[in-house]
Amino acid sequence: MNELVQYLSYPFVRYALAAGVLTALCSSLLGVTLVLKRYSFIGDGLSHVAFGAMAIAAVLSISEEMIVVLPLTMICAVLMLKKGRNAGVKGDAALAMLSVGAMAIGYLLLNIFPTSANISGDVCSTLFGSTSILTLSSADVVTCVIMSVLVTGIFIIMYNRIFAVTFDEDFAKASGVNTEFYNLLIAVITAVVIVLAMNLVGALLTSALIVFPALSSMRLFDSFRKVIISSAVIAMTAAFVGISMSIVISTPVGATVVVVNIFIFAACSAIRSVKK
Amino acid sequence: MQIQCKNLTVGYEDGPVAEKINFEIEEGDYVYVVGDNGSGKTTLLKTLAGLIKPLDGLLTYENTTKEAGVGYLPQHTQIQKDFPASVAEIVLSGRVRKTGGGPFYNAEDKKTAQEKMKKLGIENLASKAYRNLSGGQQQRVLLARALCAAESILLLDEPVSGLDPAAASEMYDCIRQLNDDGMTVIMISHDVDSALEYADKILEFRGNRTRFVSKELYRSARGNMK
Repeated sequence: MNELVQYLSYPFVRYALAAGVLTALCSSLLGVTLVLKRYSFIGDGLSHVAFGAMAIAAVLSISEEMIVVLPLTMICAVLMLKKGRNAGVKGDAALAMLSVGAMAIGYLLLNIFPTSANISGDVCSTLFGSTSILTLSSADVVTCVIMSVLVTGIFIIMYNRIFAVTFDEDFAKASGVNTEFYNLLIAVITAVVIVLAMNLVGALLTSALIVFPALSSMRLFDSFRKVIISSAVIAMTAAFVGISMSIVISTPVGATVVVVNIFIFAACSAIRSVKK
Repeated sequence: MQIQCKNLTVGYEDGPVAEKINFEIEEGDYVYVVGDNGSGKTTLLKTLAGLIKPLDGLLTYENTTKEAGVGYLPQHTQIQKDFPASVAEIVLSGRVRKTGGGPFYNAEDKKTAQEKMKKLGIENLASKAYRNLSGGQQQRVLLARALCAAESILLLDEPVSGLDPAAASEMYDCIRQLNDDGMTVIMISHDVDSALEYADKILEFRGNRTRFVSKELYRSARGNMK
């Protein structure tokens, strides 16, 4: 505990912690909608795409990786949403192709055009997140805070429409809601959240931040509003606890946060089965 | 006359589902849409609700716009089965486009939702979880939501499918009551007996043809067929 307090006295650790908690907040807000709309697979696929995009940025030696990663991920998000719509086996397989393909190309590019001496180290941290929170750059933290505020703000303003579109798209459309716009918005925000979360937990673990808090809350609560709020609280708590633990016992940040989420999910499931 | 269809063709991008649909619906009509599965009943309702565009022909609404006047009750989706939402949240979402452009519901929206729940006898369920309700209660919730959106026309896609006979008959009473209050009701059903009991007019899909007749005509035509 003392060690944690000592770490927290460094401003940068505090900022990083704040960035992590805010990222978790955004992912969890969006996660509820994605899980309920049966779109969680999109989160998973997108994280693979984001890895590929990251590799392209690295090979082109673009210092601000976001410029490449964000638009590419957004485009794929929109494509996936359109495909996922006419679901069925084909759409599913197309998605698998896209995400595995993006990963393979990414890894291949990094190996053919090595940008540093330690390729496997780079790849590992892109996939599973920084080994230490201290390796986050200050630019990452600032971007993360701005994006988180934006995503949360948009979510609150659109809350009622997002609910209507999530619960019953046909009804919403018949009432005159521009459902295509909201689906597009959800896809674009998902891309933003995935790219943000990648800094924290790495490409492979981002979908954990999206699905776990949502699923945990759905075990506990029956109203949409309560599920959203509890999902946000669970996600932020898990991020705070996970990051703090990773500092103290020096474990990889992403994996620790995800494991904390797994424990919370198990606890919520247990509470539900006791209630019933 | 409230809704008019002339030589309407409905369908999707990959082709028409039903063609040459003609009917005129007056205010306060109770119209049953009957016919075989896949004959285009749902496609027509979706077209009336504005979810898909007519492929050909004419569809006009008088004295109301589709957005303002129509309350739509679609068939159940898989998503709704375990959806965590309270009854009040769902009913209120019927007002989603009537918030006066603002992002949040105002007092009037909440009052309307309250009234509609009362009308359908579900105000005591307001804080209950939708996913834990019985099939009949769930349909009432969705009907209350449709009422929040509707000024004068209800489009109901098999509102009693999957309900037990008692719940179905309660649902029919509800809809009858709404019709008595002046709502135009257009309802898809497989239940020809209830059509003969409640409907004013019947739109029948058979093969790739449709006919629009009064209940009396439909009954005598059926008699002749037997």
